[in-house]
Amino acid sequence: MSVKESHAHELWHIFSKGILEQNPIFILALSLCPALAVTSTVVTGLTMGLTVTFVITSNNCVISLVRNYVNPKVRVPVYITSIATIVTVAQLVLQAYFPVLYKALGIYLALVVVFAIILARAEVFASKNNLGRSFLDGFGMGCGFTFAMIVISAIREFIGAGTILAGTPFECTALLDAGYAPMLMMILPPGGFMLIGYLVAATKTWNRRVEEKKKLAELKGKGAEA
Amino acid sequence: MDYLALFISAVLINNFVLTKFLGLCIFFGISKNLSASVGMGMAVTSVMTMTSILAWLVYFFVLEPLGLQFLSTIVFVILTASFVQLLELIIKKQAPTLYNMWGIYLLLIATNCIVLAVPLLNVENHYTFLQSIVFSIGSGLGFALAIILMASIREKLAYADVPKPLQGLGVAFIVAGMLGLAFLGFSGMM
Repeated sequence: MSVKESHAHELWHIFSKGILEQNPIFILALSLCPALAVTSTVVTGLTMGLTVTFVITSNNCVISLVRNYVNPKVRVPVYITSIATIVTVAQLVLQAYFPVLYKALGIYLALVVVFAIILARAEVFASKNNLGRSFLDGFGMGCGFTFAMIVISAIREFIGAGTILAGTPFECTALLDAGYAPMLMMILPPGGFMLIGYLVAATKTWNRRVEEKKKLAELKGKGAEA
Repeated sequence: MDYLALFISAVLINNFVLTKFLGLCIFFGISKNLSASVGMGMAVTSVMTMTSILAWLVYFFVLEPLGLQFLSTIVFVILTASFVQLLELIIKKQAPTLYNMWGIYLLLIATNCIVLAVPLLNVENHYTFLQSIVFSIGSGLGFALAIILMASIREKLAYADVPKPLQGLGVAFIVAGMLGLAFLGFSGMM
């Protein structure tokens, strides 16, 4: 592999690791409050996902830019202030242009400030890497988060209410029309907890399979060399 | 009577962990160990009460008269974070064993959603000063109750034969779901 190719490969890995391998919700189990609280419908789940993607990406960029000017002793307060400012911007924009969604997200929108994943990426990644890499890392983590939110909210809304994307032009109520009696528990809090439990188990199994395959391929490669 | 209703609703009906999903990082991270859970429950309750008093005063005597309500998120975060830092220093000096047990979660409690949520909810619901104190104590005790119940179950669960993929976090979530189902029964109380 040439130097250029391996560089591109590395950048791709920085972006893509957030989606499955280190998915903020399924694997790292960080920032679970929103994953449960706003995923009773796809619309709110998706809005939260996009908001978090915006906040985590912008915050990673800001932290990466100021990383050399911040005294390590006061780094956490600096991170928190930066995150809080970006969240306030997101809050005001949503309140102005999408008041219905703003109401639906309620207190959880302000709580984006304290999502562990955002602070964790600032501390673990953005404070040590340049702007481009930090942007990719934040964006990848945000995409992984949004992906998880869509998966969780789609399952919950489908089983719990019998619809998908209800209240939008794309709504699908085929199941409900066919006489399905919604299983209310899924859109109530306990259903959310149980679903996440099974999803965590599923991702764990998936990742183990992938790793086993990798090891097998390596062993085969070694065998061929010998 | 009003205060009693508020208190019971905060502890049982609108339990912060099991129906509002707040403080889950700590809830799942610490609840492997019963004694640490008791300590954490007490710490969260006291921090929450103190910060919500502080935040209430700042909001209604500083932010509202100046028309700066839109800054409430930033102000509350900084307020709670600095307060938790103070508590951290005290614990480090007074109880180093507990300090060691918390590990990585010490950074996380400084900016924890459960501590930040109380001032935000106080403001959103326009609670009076006394109401906000009752509400924060109730919420804190609700968290303590949930985490202690969870820790007791998980200590027993350590000896159970759980399917491999569900081990650890997976089964913890399902247990939390069942606890939530039980707590749902309280919603008929009022």
